[in-house]
Amino acid sequence: PVATSGPPSPAGAELLRWQWREVQAPCLVAAWILVASLAKIVFHLSRKVTSVVPESCLLILLGLGLGGIVLAVAKKAEYQLEPNMFFLFLLPPIVLDSGYFMPSRLFFDNIGAILTYAVVGTLWNSFATGIALWGLHRAGLMDPGVEAGLMDFLLFGSLISAVDPVAVLAVFEEVHVNETLFIIVFGESLLNDAVTVVLYKVFNSFVELGPAHIRATDYVKGVASFFLVSLGGTAVGLLFAFLLALITRFTKRVRIIEPLFIFLLAYVAYLAAEMVSLSSILAVTFCGICCKKYVEANISQKSRTTVKYTMKTLASSSETIIFMFLGISAVDTSKWTWDTALVLGTLFFILLFRAVGVVLQTCVLNHFRLIPLDRIDQVVMSYGGLRGAVAFALVILLDREKVKAKDYFVATTIVVVFFTVIVQGLTIKPLVTWLKVKRSDHHKPTLNEELHEHAFDHILAAVEDIVGHHGYHYWRDKWEQFDKKYLSQLLMRKSAYRLRDEIWDVYYKLNIRDAISFVDQGGRVLSAAKLALPSMPSRTSMSESSVTNLLRESGSGACLDLQVIDTVRSRRDKEDAAMHHVLRGSLYKPRRRYKASYSRHFISPDNQERQDKEIFRQNMKRRLETFKSTKHNVCSSKSKARLKEKGKKKAMSNKAPNGKMHRNVPWQEAASVLVMVSSEEEESDSSETEKEDDEGIVFIARATDEVLQEKATPGSLDVCPSPCIIPPSPTLAEKELPWKGDQADLAVYVSSETTKIVPVDMQKAWNQSISSLESIASPPGVESGPQHRRFACPVLEEQPQSASQVTLEHSSCFQFPSHVPASGRSQSDSSPDGAEQQELQPLMATEEQQGRVLPTTEPRWLMFNRASHL
Amino acid sequence: EDQVNFRGFMRTLAHFRPIEDNEKSKDHNGPEPLNSRSNKLHFAFRLYDLDKDDKISRDELLQVLRMMVGVNISDEQLGSIADRTIQEADQDGDSAISFAEFVKVLEKVDVEQKMSIRFLH
Repeated sequence: PVATSGPPSPAGAELLRWQWREVQAPCLVAAWILVASLAKIVFHLSRKVTSVVPESCLLILLGLGLGGIVLAVAKKAEYQLEPNMFFLFLLPPIVLDSGYFMPSRLFFDNIGAILTYAVVGTLWNSFATGIALWGLHRAGLMDPGVEAGLMDFLLFGSLISAVDPVAVLAVFEEVHVNETLFIIVFGESLLNDAVTVVLYKVFNSFVELGPAHIRATDYVKGVASFFLVSLGGTAVGLLFAFLLALITRFTKRVRIIEPLFIFLLAYVAYLAAEMVSLSSILAVTFCGICCKKYVEANISQKSRTTVKYTMKTLASSSETIIFMFLGISAVDTSKWTWDTALVLGTLFFILLFRAVGVVLQTCVLNHFRLIPLDRIDQVVMSYGGLRGAVAFALVILLDREKVKAKDYFVATTIVVVFFTVIVQGLTIKPLVTWLKVKRSDHHKPTLNEELHEHAFDHILAAVEDIVGHHGYHYWRDKWEQFDKKYLSQLLMRKSAYRLRDEIWDVYYKLNIRDAISFVDQGGRVLSAAKLALPSMPSRTSMSESSVTNLLRESGSGACLDLQVIDTVRSRRDKEDAAMHHVLRGSLYKPRRRYKASYSRHFISPDNQERQDKEIFRQNMKRRLETFKSTKHNVCSSKSKARLKEKGKKKAMSNKAPNGKMHRNVPWQEAASVLVMVSSEEEESDSSETEKEDDEGIVFIARATDEVLQEKATPGSLDVCPSPCIIPPSPTLAEKELPWKGDQADLAVYVSSETTKIVPVDMQKAWNQSISSLESIASPPGVESGPQHRRFACPVLEEQPQSASQVTLEHSSCFQFPSHVPASGRSQSDSSPDGAEQQELQPLMATEEQQGRVLPTTEPRWLMFNRASHL
Repeated sequence: EDQVNFRGFMRTLAHFRPIEDNEKSKDHNGPEPLNSRSNKLHFAFRLYDLDKDDKISRDELLQVLRMMVGVNISDEQLGSIADRTIQEADQDGDSAISFAEFVKVLEKVDVEQKMSIRFLH
């Protein structure tokens, strides 16, 4: 209850009170945001419209409409785009988002061009426009009401000539030109902030002083302040990036607030730069660019997702609000005065001078660039120089006392901004198509490309070294080495540091992607195995079932929500763990419900989820296993034999020994071999596993006599003497093979019955994929996200480098039921992988992935099936 | 041979000249200039192909990988990367990458930019 003010109503205590005043401000804010977002939904309902008209236009038009309504209703314009609100709240998220997701390789490759356009281009634009307008004024073409001298026009020129990042982003996002072009225009729009800020401030102060009082030293100060502002802003950004990276190194135990640090520090960087009147956009941009690598390595997978989506949401909503308010603010006629000559002149000049500037600079730049920018690129660049809300906010900020012509300027700015966003925004797409501009091709990254590009980098660095030419690659190489030796060690967590490798990352992601698509296809196949489930609706109708669908259904109340995969393991008694697993896996528990999590500080995956996950995983594994090829590449047998002695044998689910033990389990069934898959990162750090979540106990059912040669689970394998359970009757899946726990590099005896070949990696990838949160739950189609730049946000974000260690626990104690097919399973002696995180089984190159006819029934089927037999 | 004379040195470096558009139209009958895309790729290919059999075998790839990848990746992992790389590129099923396959797999890469240096400008 909000504190109420005012005298109590004389009528006595009221049941309900109208407390509008108290909630007015936040309520209005929320209402506007709501309106803007609803409008977005409405716009996107019609694909035809949105493919032609960029969203920003629609929003501005909406704003115009709304402003008109408000004006009509309230007789005065209430809501405006306040500069303060704009600079403090609306702009930072957008800039942070652009900085953080900026493809830094591309950015730095083109930094020369970007800087040139940003600095020289903006200077040229503002001076030329200002002087031209002044000339126009002197020529008497303007309304005499426009009282402005040279300084005023220069001031106006400086604020109107800056290319606006918000507008550029909004429009180019929908156009998809090739990356070089995009990064140049966009980089320019970000970096020209320094120039704009300096020019604006300098000219503002000149206007205040009055033209008569300006001395030469003031000019010098102006130039000096440019360097100060830009370099200072960058330095602030770098400082905060460093701090941020350092802080995230230590947030292992407070994962829940990791995203908060990122947003906070970036925002503080912005404010700090603003405070000292440095360039805040530069600060945030560089903060984002520089911190990303280390932060992403340090924080947990969930935090990464959170950060990504929160940033995108904030940026997108800010953008929406900005455009809408631009429209609304235009309606307030009291704030502006129209002057035709000024408006038209400005429009003409900015277009002209931009084109001229671009052409001139490109001529010069092409002497230095590897790949010259051709004419078409130049056309797109000059046409893509959009002005936006920054100019508008700056013009509103002008002091009317000092700048008498403010109203004219405001009107002009509004027209210019509308023109560029609407007209240029609308026409740029057809223009790009007509000119046959090279578009960006979003193709999936392939390992080959990654690898060879790295090789090329090295080759070039070597050549430069040989030649003695300290060129781009040379310095880049030096930077990489410096980074590797000092910075990364300082700023990245030990665990992350050890595994950092780009080629590896790509490989990993590709594996996971494959596994998911594999299962997705496989899902269709297995649904044919009609197993009657006690209380589940028949699944045979689910011919379309894919894994993701599976996950989303909550059939019997059990929700295999893989997004909560965060199993924390600790060393425990293997026996207990194994037993729990067996029980959990085999027994059908109806009506699962999730316990609510009460803690605000820690989202712990509750046991139920973990178990479900494990069970799911086991079953999926089993399914996958059934179609392994006969010949496994056994070459890496040596490696896999690392047993987890080192510390992390995490037993799964020692979680809640809750009452499950009390079930009646007929122990006399065949033994099953428990395979513990634990993913661990480092030996030292058990709690680190959160990252690696991929663990599950994999049940290897049925070891037949022949197979049960205890493959000596070498040493560290804890043989679990506990009784194990074998699913009583072989299901379709179980008829076949080998349980290759995970990367069984070891002796995997694959049943010869298998005809389907599955790349061995699938197994691993599958394991890993289970642990990757979004990757499974989100449809694979999400490949091209909105800001899809090649490197930027891969669909599968860095997966936790999960290691699946398979600990084979052998139960040597039970007889196997005779109905176990003789051909049966081979025991997969997947020996636990040692501290090796990623165990990868080399693919059998010769094996093509033929018909993925893989049965992939819902995991639950198997489970239930077993239960029914017990 | 352990020596390189200036001519050889230049020939090698000539591979790295940036590709210029006007050159493309000029010389269709003559031999392809050393800095054409195909020749650049061939240069890189020869760096991988140590035994000069015109194929990049798994071992050769492994060697290159070992040099490039950090020390923290184990041998088996490298092996899997190598296998997958070959699998991605290999079209005729010989578990090695031939030059044609190499070119094909890099068709989307901007080789002109990635294998060029501006010197002596």
